[in-house]
Amino acid sequence: MDDALLIVKGLKMYFPVTRGLLRRKIAEVKAVDNVSFDVKAGETLGLVGETGCGKTTTGRCILRLYRPTAGQIIFEGLDISYLHESKIRSIRRKMPLIFQDPYSSLDPRQSAGSIVGEPIKFHGLVSNKKEYKERVADLFRMVGLNPDMMNRVPHEFSGGQRQRIGIARALACEPSMIVCDEPISALDVSIQSQIINLLEELQDRVEGLSYLFIAHDLSVVRHISNRVAVMYLGRIVELTESKKLYDNPLHPYTQALISAIPIPDRAVEKHRKQIILRGEVPSPLNPPDGCHFHPRCPVAIPDCSQILPPLVDVGDSHQVACIRVKH
Amino acid sequence: MKQRRKRQEKFMEERPPMSGWRRFARVFFGRKVVLFGLIVLALYVLIAIFADLIAPYDYKQINLQQVLAQPSGEHLLGTDTAGRDVLSRLIYGIRPTLIVGSATILIAAVCGTILGLIAGYFGGWIQTIIMRCIDALMGFPMLLLALVIAAVLGGGMKNIIIALGVASIPTFARVMCAQTLIIKENDYIIAGRSLGFTNWHLMWNHIVPNAFPPLVILATMNIGMVILMEAGLSFLGIGIQAPDAAWGSMVSAGYNRLTSNPMLSVAPGIAIMLIVFSLNMVGDGLRDAVDPRLRGTL
Amino acid sequence: MALLTVENLKTYFHTDFGLVKAVDGVSYEINEKEIIGIVGESGCGKSVSQLSTLQLITSPPGQIVDGKVIFEGRDLLQFSANGSEMRSIRGGQIAIIFQEPMTSLNPTLSVFQQIGEMLELHLKMDKEMQRKHSIELLKQVGIPDAERRIDDYPHQFSGGMRQRVMIAMALSCNPKILIADEPTTAVDVTTQAQLLALMQNLVNQYNTSLIIVTHNLGVVARYAERIYVMYAGRIVESGTCDDIFNQPKHPYTIGLLKCVPRLDEAEGTKLVPIEGLPPNLINMPSTCAFLPRCPYSIDKCREEVWPPLKRVNGQYVSCYVDTRR
Repeated sequence: MDDALLIVKGLKMYFPVTRGLLRRKIAEVKAVDNVSFDVKAGETLGLVGETGCGKTTTGRCILRLYRPTAGQIIFEGLDISYLHESKIRSIRRKMPLIFQDPYSSLDPRQSAGSIVGEPIKFHGLVSNKKEYKERVADLFRMVGLNPDMMNRVPHEFSGGQRQRIGIARALACEPSMIVCDEPISALDVSIQSQIINLLEELQDRVEGLSYLFIAHDLSVVRHISNRVAVMYLGRIVELTESKKLYDNPLHPYTQALISAIPIPDRAVEKHRKQIILRGEVPSPLNPPDGCHFHPRCPVAIPDCSQILPPLVDVGDSHQVACIRVKH
Repeated sequence: MKQRRKRQEKFMEERPPMSGWRRFARVFFGRKVVLFGLIVLALYVLIAIFADLIAPYDYKQINLQQVLAQPSGEHLLGTDTAGRDVLSRLIYGIRPTLIVGSATILIAAVCGTILGLIAGYFGGWIQTIIMRCIDALMGFPMLLLALVIAAVLGGGMKNIIIALGVASIPTFARVMCAQTLIIKENDYIIAGRSLGFTNWHLMWNHIVPNAFPPLVILATMNIGMVILMEAGLSFLGIGIQAPDAAWGSMVSAGYNRLTSNPMLSVAPGIAIMLIVFSLNMVGDGLRDAVDPRLRGTL
Repeated sequence: MALLTVENLKTYFHTDFGLVKAVDGVSYEINEKEIIGIVGESGCGKSVSQLSTLQLITSPPGQIVDGKVIFEGRDLLQFSANGSEMRSIRGGQIAIIFQEPMTSLNPTLSVFQQIGEMLELHLKMDKEMQRKHSIELLKQVGIPDAERRIDDYPHQFSGGMRQRVMIAMALSCNPKILIADEPTTAVDVTTQAQLLALMQNLVNQYNTSLIIVTHNLGVVARYAERIYVMYAGRIVESGTCDDIFNQPKHPYTIGLLKCVPRLDEAEGTKLVPIEGLPPNLINMPSTCAFLPRCPYSIDKCREEVWPPLKRVNGQYVSCYVDTRR
């Protein structure tokens, strides 16, 4: 754990549900509930889960875009969980965000060059104008864009190119980690792979660059990540190396998730066992008692509705939160 | 690989540029009525600038020998009760009209934008307090509010500008607040925060520029209204008074001679109508050209 | 004789920037009780071609310029778009499910009112029968507590449940063909699995043919019997599911299969992206639209017009190059 760039311990983010003029709190949405993980330098950690599982909130909590309800966020050895807003700014720059929607994540009135250059200027990362220009042009080349296109505005670019601009902007901050929040799900299939390859290339080129890769598509997450954390209703249910996750998924939810993802290969598809889950994801406003997954779980036992299983290491750094899994 | 990238770039060039300007120009200049408005406005501005060269007489020159002359070759629009040339007064009257219109809107737009921006960006109790005050201000009829302010501060152009300016703040504040609330939700604002930018940086560099088009449209449309109100105040005797030339007071000075000397009221009346109409048409054109979705909201 | 045969369908849009040939000479067919997949990226014309068969294209700007849609021996394009024949076919004979259930359901009517409307229109049922039948349908698509939920409004359902309601509505009149236009794009993977399995079951049960329109090759791999791959308004390859996945022949299909990460891939696998961008459909050159992105291109591709589909070992491919070599 010494080489961990980011350590998240027992992170909780509850959003109050209020009603009336006085904003009386009537309930709480436990968007993120007791989440712990770490990201090592140069590593990619995938965070995967379905809509409303709290993966995006987790990402934004780490950036302290929200004030966490409880827990600790330690980034580069510094506890930033409750740091004052004015101090957090210089730290945020070290872990910028990349967004899902390449259309709303770029200011439509800025030129591509100034979008990429803005963080450099704001944080004073270069000393003179010439250096600034070179740096921006370098960033453009790094993400596979022609520096000649610097003066164009976002709507003159395609979705994939916009996403490249977003990546260049994130790199401009000289980050140690990039939080990628569904960076490819809004793109066309043929463009997605270009962006995935770009992210992988950048990791090879920028030493020690880590990604927190948040997505709903397990096959993409597995492809790009070293380790994967599977979230369900605000909690991590399984965390392991991406290879093990497919070869030996332990949590019943992970198993169902894997079986639900079609593989574009007829021969493989014919022989796969499919687990069709019952019902739907319950509301995070009112999660089931015990293990949150038990009402839909194909292997649930009566105890599952009583005990909320903690995430435990079952050996070989494979963590899982299920009482049915033998250690 | 290199060759492929080159091909890719070429491919990129071949896409027709989706020029926003081209669309804007086509919609904006494509309408005859907008073009008409623009021409009228340009003429008004030119006349205001070169009033000294164009006006046939000194607009303050009283000539008691020629009181209430009918239109003739000598005085194209006749003279008023003090024998001043109506055409010259009409020409000089453009200046206060345009000054009051633009200065008022400038004050209202600056104050309204700042208030709306702060209210919308920070939200919460800050928004509640600011917007409630604005609502209270809006509760007064605009003309009444201007009347009260003018009554307290006295007449004259400067006070008229202040009075109308304050009365117009709510419109801008509300539009700006609504715009800010919408723009704030865009990912690029969250992106800015994630890059460590300060709130002020985000507000001035990202929210204001994006809220600009509707504000400009609103301003254009509101100048007409302000001009109309200035005329109304001058008509009621609170605004700009003789011997200074103002269209509102000219209409008021001539309206009881409507049958004998119709030009005294009709000429400034038409001048007012024409500029307000032009401004509204240009405003409409701007709105539809910039963003057709704004139709109905502005 | 196929149940539905589409021949040389052309749908163009007249836009501010020029003529968009969204669908440019598309032919396909579907047999009884068959499941076919139409695969392509956004803007390739897969949805427009489906809307065109039902004459659901808004005109202007859209216009069906040419082609035939033969359904049970009649050419649907001969009927007027809003005539009674077309209306009885839509929903009654050929039903369609859209990607976004919230926008295709009327938010002001309860689910029962909407299904009932269909039953009344197409099957002339009375109110009591409508209710019984609607509840039966909701049960079939797996909506729990159907008796009570039938009077709920669309917003009271979750995304997956809404899509189930859409399926119930589509199947209410026992159509011969069900068109599912990106039915699972807006829902999560586990819900997607539920919905696809449900559709497959129902289609079997009702003897309905199913057209799955999707950008996800994985979805069709599991369910479809035959696949049509579309690019830039045309079909570039078609064949049985096994053939398309085992021996894709068009460079685009090959690229598509290599560029998506697979769940079962070995560690360290590199993706092979399709370089470049999907084409802009305005003012397209007459050469192959995939040419600027094609790694196999030869001189002939640059000189000659877009190749017509030709038969290669049971598949139809629109390419001059023999990609097997």
